[in-house]
Amino acid sequence: MNVNQHTPMASPYGQPQPGYGQPSYAPQDGGYPGPYSPYNGPASAHQPGVPPQGPTRLPPTSAPPPASAPQPYNQYTHSQGDMQNGPPPMTQAPPRPAAAQPYTQGHVNMSGSLPSYPQHYGPPPSMQQVTNQMTGMQITPGPPTSAGPGYVPPHSSQPPLSTAYSAAAQPSYTQAPPPASSAPTQPPPASGPAASQQYYGGPPPSSQQPFNSSLPPTSQQQFTSSVPPPPSQQSFPPSSFSGPAPPPTRPQGPPMSQSQPQMPFPSQPPFSAPPPVSQPGFAGGPPPPVQGSFPPQPTQPSSQPGSFPPPGPPPTSATSGQYTTSMAQQPPPPTQPSPYHSGPPPPRVQMPPTSMGQSNHMPPGPPGPLQQPPAQPGMQTGFPPQQNGAFGQVRGPQPGYAGPYPGQPNYGAQAPAPAPSAQKRLDPDAIPSPIQVIEDDKAKSTEPFTTGVRGQAPPLVTTNFQVKDQGNASPRFIRCTAYNMPCTSDMAKQSQVPLAAVIKPLATLPPDETPPYMVDHGEAGPIRCNRCKAYMCPYMQFIEGGRRFQCGFCSCVTEVPPQYFQHLDHTGKRVDCYDRPELSLGTYEFLATVDYCKNNKLPQPPAFIFLIDVSYNAVKSGLVSLICNELKTLLDLLPRENPEMDSVVRVGFVTYNKVLHFYNVKPTLAQPQMLVVSDVSDMFVPLLDGFLVNVNESRQVIESLLDQIPEMFADTRETETVFGPVIQAGLEALKAADCAGKLFVFHTSLPIAEAPGKLKNREDKKLIGTDKEKTLFQPQVGFYKDLAKDCVAQGCCVDLFLFPNQYVDLATLGVVPVSTGGSIYKYTYFQAQADQERFLNDLRRDVQKQVGFDAVMRVRTSTGIRATDFFGSFYMNNTTDVELAGLDCDKAITVEFKHDDKLSEETGALMQCAVLYTSCSGRRRLRIHNMAVNCCSQLADLYRNCETDTIINYFAKYAFRGVANNPTKAVRDTLVNQCAQILACYRKNCASPSSAGQLILPECMKLLPVYLNCVLKSDVLMPGADVSLDDRAYLKQLISCMDVTETHVFFYPRLLPVMKLESGSLPVAVRDSEERLSKGGVYLLETGLHLFLWVGASVQQELLLNIFGTPSFSQIDPNLTSLPVLDNPFSQRLREIIDSFRAQRSRYMKLMVVKQEDRSELIFKHFLVEDKSASGGASYVDFLCHMHKEIRQLLS
Amino acid sequence: MATFPEYIAQNEERDGVRFSWNVWPSSRLEATRMVVPVAALFTPLRERTDLPPIQYEPVLCSRATCRAVLNPLCQVDYRAKLWACNFCYQRNQRGPQMPLVFLYVVDTCMEDEDLQALKESLQMSLSLLPPTALVGLITFGRMVQVHELGCEGIAKSYVFRGTKDLNAKQLQDMLGLTKPSAAQGRGPQASQQQPLSNRFLQPVQKIDMNLTDLLGELQRDPWPVTQGKRPLRSLGVAMSIAVGLLECTFPNTGARIMTFIGGPATQGPGMVVGDELKTPIRSWHDIEKDNAKFMKKATKHFEALGNRASTNGHIIDIYACALDQTGLLEMRCCPNHTGGYMVMADSFNTSLFKQTFQRVFTKDVQGSFKMAFSATVEVKTSREIKVCGAIGPCVSLHAKGPCVSENEIGTGGTCQWKICGLDASTTMALYFEVVNQHNAPIPQGGRGAIQFVTQYQHSSGQRRIRVTTTARNWADAQTQIQSIAASFDQEAAAILMARLAVYRAETEEGPDVLRWLDRQLIRLCQKFGDYHKDDPNSFRFSETFSLYPQFMFHLRRSPFLQVFNNSPDESSYYRHHFNRQDLTQALIMIQPVLYAYSFNGPPEPVLLDSSSILPDRILLMDTFFQIVIYHGETVSQWRKARYQDMPEYENFKHLLQAPVDDAQELLHTRFPMPRYIDTEHGGSQARFLLSKVNPSQTHNNMYAWGQESGAPILTDDVSLQVFMDHLKKLAVSSAA
Repeated sequence: MNVNQHTPMASPYGQPQPGYGQPSYAPQDGGYPGPYSPYNGPASAHQPGVPPQGPTRLPPTSAPPPASAPQPYNQYTHSQGDMQNGPPPMTQAPPRPAAAQPYTQGHVNMSGSLPSYPQHYGPPPSMQQVTNQMTGMQITPGPPTSAGPGYVPPHSSQPPLSTAYSAAAQPSYTQAPPPASSAPTQPPPASGPAASQQYYGGPPPSSQQPFNSSLPPTSQQQFTSSVPPPPSQQSFPPSSFSGPAPPPTRPQGPPMSQSQPQMPFPSQPPFSAPPPVSQPGFAGGPPPPVQGSFPPQPTQPSSQPGSFPPPGPPPTSATSGQYTTSMAQQPPPPTQPSPYHSGPPPPRVQMPPTSMGQSNHMPPGPPGPLQQPPAQPGMQTGFPPQQNGAFGQVRGPQPGYAGPYPGQPNYGAQAPAPAPSAQKRLDPDAIPSPIQVIEDDKAKSTEPFTTGVRGQAPPLVTTNFQVKDQGNASPRFIRCTAYNMPCTSDMAKQSQVPLAAVIKPLATLPPDETPPYMVDHGEAGPIRCNRCKAYMCPYMQFIEGGRRFQCGFCSCVTEVPPQYFQHLDHTGKRVDCYDRPELSLGTYEFLATVDYCKNNKLPQPPAFIFLIDVSYNAVKSGLVSLICNELKTLLDLLPRENPEMDSVVRVGFVTYNKVLHFYNVKPTLAQPQMLVVSDVSDMFVPLLDGFLVNVNESRQVIESLLDQIPEMFADTRETETVFGPVIQAGLEALKAADCAGKLFVFHTSLPIAEAPGKLKNREDKKLIGTDKEKTLFQPQVGFYKDLAKDCVAQGCCVDLFLFPNQYVDLATLGVVPVSTGGSIYKYTYFQAQADQERFLNDLRRDVQKQVGFDAVMRVRTSTGIRATDFFGSFYMNNTTDVELAGLDCDKAITVEFKHDDKLSEETGALMQCAVLYTSCSGRRRLRIHNMAVNCCSQLADLYRNCETDTIINYFAKYAFRGVANNPTKAVRDTLVNQCAQILACYRKNCASPSSAGQLILPECMKLLPVYLNCVLKSDVLMPGADVSLDDRAYLKQLISCMDVTETHVFFYPRLLPVMKLESGSLPVAVRDSEERLSKGGVYLLETGLHLFLWVGASVQQELLLNIFGTPSFSQIDPNLTSLPVLDNPFSQRLREIIDSFRAQRSRYMKLMVVKQEDRSELIFKHFLVEDKSASGGASYVDFLCHMHKEIRQLLS
Repeated sequence: MATFPEYIAQNEERDGVRFSWNVWPSSRLEATRMVVPVAALFTPLRERTDLPPIQYEPVLCSRATCRAVLNPLCQVDYRAKLWACNFCYQRNQRGPQMPLVFLYVVDTCMEDEDLQALKESLQMSLSLLPPTALVGLITFGRMVQVHELGCEGIAKSYVFRGTKDLNAKQLQDMLGLTKPSAAQGRGPQASQQQPLSNRFLQPVQKIDMNLTDLLGELQRDPWPVTQGKRPLRSLGVAMSIAVGLLECTFPNTGARIMTFIGGPATQGPGMVVGDELKTPIRSWHDIEKDNAKFMKKATKHFEALGNRASTNGHIIDIYACALDQTGLLEMRCCPNHTGGYMVMADSFNTSLFKQTFQRVFTKDVQGSFKMAFSATVEVKTSREIKVCGAIGPCVSLHAKGPCVSENEIGTGGTCQWKICGLDASTTMALYFEVVNQHNAPIPQGGRGAIQFVTQYQHSSGQRRIRVTTTARNWADAQTQIQSIAASFDQEAAAILMARLAVYRAETEEGPDVLRWLDRQLIRLCQKFGDYHKDDPNSFRFSETFSLYPQFMFHLRRSPFLQVFNNSPDESSYYRHHFNRQDLTQALIMIQPVLYAYSFNGPPEPVLLDSSSILPDRILLMDTFFQIVIYHGETVSQWRKARYQDMPEYENFKHLLQAPVDDAQELLHTRFPMPRYIDTEHGGSQARFLLSKVNPSQTHNNMYAWGQESGAPILTDDVSLQVFMDHLKKLAVSSAA
C-alpha cells in the first residue's frame, strides 16, 4: 500500500517541485515569484510574503502547503514545463515520497486516509496473489487504489497488471516528457500537463477509461481519477503527446534520453509502447478493482484533507505502477512515472482538499509556520518556507491521488487477471522499483531543504539538494530511520521499526553550504544544562525574562550566566536569537576550554606516522617504492584548517618486517638515521627528537629518506612480519610526543613472526555455514583489543592499508583500526602497475581528509528515549560515551534509541549529538548537532514518515555486527523476521482491510524488501565460494562506518546506461538486473567500492570507437583500468561521469571493463542485486514472495 | 750473583718473577711458620727484547689420517687462506690469524663539552688501530644503540631498551646474527665469520671515514631530563649487549670492549642509583649500614658480565669520567675479571683521560700493541710444591691437576687462569704451598721448580706461548733458617701480603683485615726478629726485613685498606690497579716516593715524613695515582712574587722547572696517567701530600711545635714511630 503512498508522495512532490521550479520561474514574475506565487497562492497569505523570496519560504508557511498544492498542479503544469527535464521532474516526483509522508499523515489523521488505502487495498484483494500483489504493489501505488488491486492481479496475472500499469505509465511517460520539453518553453502548461498527462496520456485512454471519469487520460486511471483530470487534462495536451509516447518501446529510450527533455517524447513512444502491452492487463484488471476501490475513494474525498493525503500515496503507488510499466520499459518508465505523479493534475482538482491535507501535514507545517515567521524576516527563513511549500505541493499531489484511486479499481481489475497467471511469474516491472522511487524523489527536490520543520523527512540520499540549517542538523549530518517516533515503547515494539539515527558528525558539506559556525562562550566554556549537561541549543526555552532557561531534554531549569544574559522579545525568544548560532541552528561548534582537554592541558598538534611494511612481498610488488614516491608529494597535502597556512601536523616514518626501523629525520642531519628496534616483544620508541618533524623544516632529510628506503630493502629476503608491535610503536611515539595522531600502516601479510599479536592462519572453509563460523569474525587473540584501548586513550587512530596475497586475518588485524575510528583499505594481490591508481588515490584522500582526534561523542535525548546502542568504528568504555581516537569526515555512527519512558506528541523527541575533538591544527572543539523529530501515537503516522535507506543502514550494521556472535543463518532469519514484523504490523494496523493474499507495503517502505534482500545477499551474510573470510571481515567493518548514502549505493548499486550522454545531466539509472541490460548497450555500474563498464556484445561500432577507440568488440582490452583519452564529446563525457562518481565516494573505484559473455562478467553479475545470485541469494521477485509469505504467516 | 738483591733483580729481569722467598723451606710445617707464604709475583709478558720470536703451534693437516705439518713445500693460497697438504692433498684452512676487535661502548648522557672531547678521542683512536682491526660502536643513554657500520647514506643502528637485559640468544636474534649458525662455535678461525659480523664490526681501514662521521654526529642523549633528575643511563644493558655481541661473533678471540661512561647506571639491570638527584649514590657509610639497595643486584649483574666476557676471552675496559661516582664499585668485576682497564677521571675533557686513553694503544718497537689478549697462564710445579691460587686480573679455568693445592688462596682450585687482557706490567700473584712432610729429606736435586706457561694472542693476531721456568733451592728451616731469612724478598713479600690483604678486604670487614695484617707482621717479627723477650728496645731486624714493617705501616694507611675519605668507587679504582701492577708500581702505591728539590743540592729522595716538608723545598710526590708538586712556604712566596720571571733569578726558575720536568717524565710513562697536582703550602690540594706522609709531627706532639723542620699534620693517625714502638713491644712480648 505504501506503494500507493509513494505515488501520492511522488506526485505531490513532483507537483510541488515542478511548481517550485517552474512555477516560480514561469508563473510568477517569471522567475521564482511565479513558482512561489503558485504555492503561495494556496497559501494566499504567503503569496504576499512570497513574492519577494516568498517562494522558498512559502513552503514553510504551513498554510501555503495546501494552497500550494492546488496551485502546484497548475504550477506543475508549469513546473513540468520547467521540468523540461521531463525526466527530471519525473524523478523529482519520486522524491516527494517524503511529501507523501505528510500526506500519509494526513491520512493517518484522517481515518479516511486509511480508507483511501483501503481503496488501494481494495484492488489488491482482487489481485490476491502475492505475485500479483507484488505487481499490484507498484500498480496500486500508481493509482493509489488501483495499486492494491494491481498487486493482486500481479499474483495471478502479472502481465495484465503490468500491462495496465505500463499502459498508464507509458502515457504518463510520454506525457511527462512532453511537459518537460514544454516546461522549458512553456513552463506552466507544459509541465503541468506533462505530469498529469503522462498518466493520463498513454495509458489513460485505453485502460484508464474507467477512470476516465477522473481523468480522460485513463491511464491515469489512478491519476486521472485522483484529480488530474481537469488540470491534468490541460496538461494532457502534452499528454496527448504521450499518446505518441505510447509507443511502448520508446520508453526505455526516453529515459535514457530523458536528459533531453523534449527528446524524451519521441523516445517515450517506445515506452508507451511497452505500456500498452501491460496496459491491457491493467486495463482489464485495474478498472474493476479500481472501481471497487473507488468507493473507498469517496471516503477519502470526505476526508479530503486527510484523505487526500492518502490518495497521495496511491498516486505514488500509481507511480510505482508506472514504474512497473516503466520497468518494462526499464529506465525511462521510472522517471516517467514521477511525471505521472506530477500528473497529479488531477490532484489539482483535489487540491483544495489536499491543501487541507497539507494542513494536516501541519505537524511539519507547524514548524513550518514557525519558521516562516522567521523566514520571512530573514532571507533564510524564506528558504524554509520553500520547503514547506514543497510539502504543500506534496499534498497537492494527494488530490491527484484521489484520481489514482479510481485507477486502483482498474488495477484491481487487472490484478485479478494477473492473479491467474502463476505468482511465480510475477513481473519484475510490477514490483516496487528503486529507480522509480529515486527518480521520483529527485523530481520532487528542486529547492533547498530547510531543516526548521520538526519531523520532516529529508530528500533521499540519491537526490541532490541543498540544505539550509534552520534549527535541526542537516541530513548530511544526521538521518533518522523515523521522523515520527512512536510515543511509547509498546508502539515501538509493536511496529518493530528500528529507531535509529545515522550520524556523520564531521561530514563534508558541499561548497555552497555554510560550514558550522564557531561559538565561543569564553573562559567559562559552553553553557550547558545543569542536570543533563546538554549544550545550549535552540531547544532551550528561556524563561523569567531571560534569566533562566529550561532544558528541552530534561526540563531542568538553569541560571543564565550574567555574561550570557539577553532580554526576550514578546514571543519569549531571546532578542539575539538569530545572532547566535547556538540558538538558531542545528549544527555549530563550540570552542572548548581547557576543561575539555586531556589532563587539563591544551592539546599539541597531531602527528601522522607512516609505518611501511618492507618485507619481501611489499618490496616485490612495487609497493614500497610506490609509497615512498607518493609520500614526497603527499606530505604537502596534510590537512590544515586554514588553507593559507602550512599544516601543523608533524610526520614520522617507520619501516618494518619482523623488526622495526625508525627514522631520525631531524632537519639538522645531513642524512637520515635509521634506528632498528628488534626487541619487538616489548615495543618502545628509540628516539624522541627527530622522529616527529615538521615537513617543511625536514624536507631534505625526508626526501633523502624516501629515496633510500626502496633501495635499502631492494634485496630483502625477509618474509615474516609483525603487526602488534608496529601499532605499539606508533602509539608509543605519540605518547612520547604527548599528542594525538594517526598511524598509516601499510601491511602485507599475516603477522607470524614471534611478537605480541602474532597470529596463525585459521582460515577454515569448513567452518563456513556452521555454528562456529562466527568465531572466524572474532579476533584470534585478545592482544589487539587491549592495544586498541591504549590507542584510544592516547588518541591514536590507526588507518590500515592491507596488500595481502593470502589470508591475513583481517578480523583480527582490523580490531585496532575499527576501535580507533580508523579505516581499512584492502588491495588483494596488489601489483603496483595495476593497482596503484586506486591505492594512491585512496591514500591521498585518506591523508588529506579532515579529521578530528581524541574525540568523544555523546548523544543526549529527550526524557523518554535513550541512545542504547552504537554501531561504527569506535571504542566504548561505558554505555554512553563513544570514544573515537580519530574521527574523519567519512565516518558515520549509527545510534539506536530505545524508550525508557513516554514521549509526547507535543514536544516531539529531541536529540543532541555532541562531539568533543581536537582539530587537525590542534584546537579543541565541540561540535553540536541538534535534531528534533515528531512523536506520534498512531502507528500510521510512524509508517508514513520513515526512511527506508536509513533503516537498511541500521539493519546492515546490526546484522553484520551480529555475525561475530551468531550463526550467519540466524542473523539472516532475524532480519527477515523483523522486516516481516514491520510490514505485518503495518498491514494489520494501518492498511485498509483487504484480502490476506495481498501484499501491502507502506509507501515509504516499499523498497524495504528489495533492499533487505540486498543486505541478505551481501558477501558478509551469504558468501559465495570465492569470497574469502578476509573479504567478509573487510566488508563487515567497512559497512559499520558507512553513512546512508554509502550503504545505499553499496547494497543497491547504481547502474547507468551510457549509450547516450549529455553534458549536465546523467542518464537515468536502470534496475540492477540482467534483464535490463541490452546487448547493444554500454552500462556503468558503481557500488561505492567497484566500478564496472559493461559492454554488450552487439554494441554499435561507433560507440566502441567513441569509448575505446576501437571498432571491434573483440579488440576491447578487458584489462583496462581507465578509458583511453579520446577526443570526442562522448568519451569526454563518459570519463567526466566516471570521474564525478569517483569524486563522490570516499574510496577510489577502480574501473573494470566487463565484456558481455566474458569471464569477468561473473563478477559483474554479482552486483546485479535484483537477480538470483551465484551464492544462492534470492532474486528480488522471489524474495518479495517470500517476504509476503512471512507476513501472511504473521498475520494469520 | 753476588747478593740476594742482585739475584732477585736478575731473575726479575729475565723471568718476570719475584718470589717472596728465594730459598724455600723444605717442609710444609716450616713453610707455614715462615708467616709469609712461598709466593711469586709473575709478570707474564714482561718485556724482553732478546726473546726469540715464538713460533706458531705446529700446523697440522686436518685429515685425521694424515696430520702432516705445514711445511715450505705446501701450496698456500694466501687470499683464500687455504693451504694444500702436499702429502694427502687435503685442503686446509690456514693457521689461525685472529683479528683484533675493539668495541666502543659510549655513554651519550654527558655535557656537550665532555662528549665532544670524547668523540675526538675516539676519532683519534681510530688512527692508532691496526688497519685490519675490527671496530664496533655501541652508544647508550636512555636506549642502547648498536651501530651498523659502513652503511651508505642512512646511518643504521639497532636500538634496545635500556631496562631489559637480553641473553646472548635473544641478542643474536635481534641483531640478525643467527643465520650462519654453522659458523658458530668453530671459534675465530672460520672465515665465514667475517661476513656474519660485518655489519657491526668492520675493519678500520674499511669504515674509517664512516665511523669518524658517525662519531662526529653523535648527539647527547635526546631524551629530556627534568629538573632534579639524573639522565637515564642504560649502562648495564649496554655492556650486556656489548658482551653478547662479541660472545656470538668472536668467541675466544681477542677483543676489547671499551666502555666510556659519564655517570652511573640509572636504570635497568646494573643500575646503581635511581634517577632522583635528591637520593645520592651510595657511600661507604651506606654500604656499611646496608643501605645501598641497588648494590648487590648491580654487582651481580656486572659480575655475570665479567664472567661471560672472560669466558670468551674478551676484555672490558671502563673509562669513567665524572665528578661524582659512576658505580665502579659495582662494575669492578668487569675489568678485574677480564684484565681490562679501569680509568677514573673528572671529565673526558682532561689530559688525564685523553693521555691515558691514547696510551692504551702504545706500541712496542716492532709496531705491535703492547697489549695482548686472551691469555691463559698455567702453572706447573715440581712435586714438593703445589699452587694454592692466584690474585690478579684473572679468572680460574678450573683446571684440576696434581699441582693444585686443596688449600685455596685467592682464586684457587686450579692450575690454569685466564687473563683476557694483559700488558707488559700485568702481574699476578701466585701463592704456593710446600707439601713436603716435616722431617722428610730435602727433595732430590735440592731445588724446587715452577714453570709458568703463558699462551696468549699477540696483537699481531698470532697465538703465542711464553714459557717461564724457575727453580729455587730447598733449605731445611731448622738448620738453615739463616739462609732462608737471607733469601727473603721483602718488597715482593710486602706486595704479596698486600694483595692478600686487599683480596680479603673485598669480602671482609676493614678492621678484621687490619688485625690479620698486624698479626702476620707481629708473627714475622717474632720469627725473624732478634730480640730479648719483653724488651722492646732490644728488637733488631736484619736488613732483608728492615723495610717490611714500614711497608706494612703505609699499607695500613693506604686507600687499599682504608675507605675513610674514599668513595667506594675510588676504593675500587685503587684496588683494581694495585692488583694488576708490577712490583715496583705496587710499591709506589703503598709507599709513595718523595723527592725534594732545593738550592741545597741536587734533587734527592727524602723520607715520606712530615719532617720532609720544609719551606724552602719543592717536593715531588709520586703515589702512582697522583703526581704532586708541593712548593714549600717560602718557595711558594717567591713564586707568587714572580721571581722566576726575573733574569737574575733564573736559578729559581730552574728550580721550579726541575720537578715539573721530572713529573712530566713520570706522566709520560705511567699508565694510567696520574693526576697531576701542582700545589703549595696551605693549598687545598696539599692534602694529597699531607695524607701520605708519616705524621711524625702532629698537633698532638707538642714538642714538634716551633721547631724549624717539618710541618705538623692535623691527624690522629699514629706515626711510624708509634707504630714501630707498638710493634716491637708486641713482638717481644712473651704473652703474644
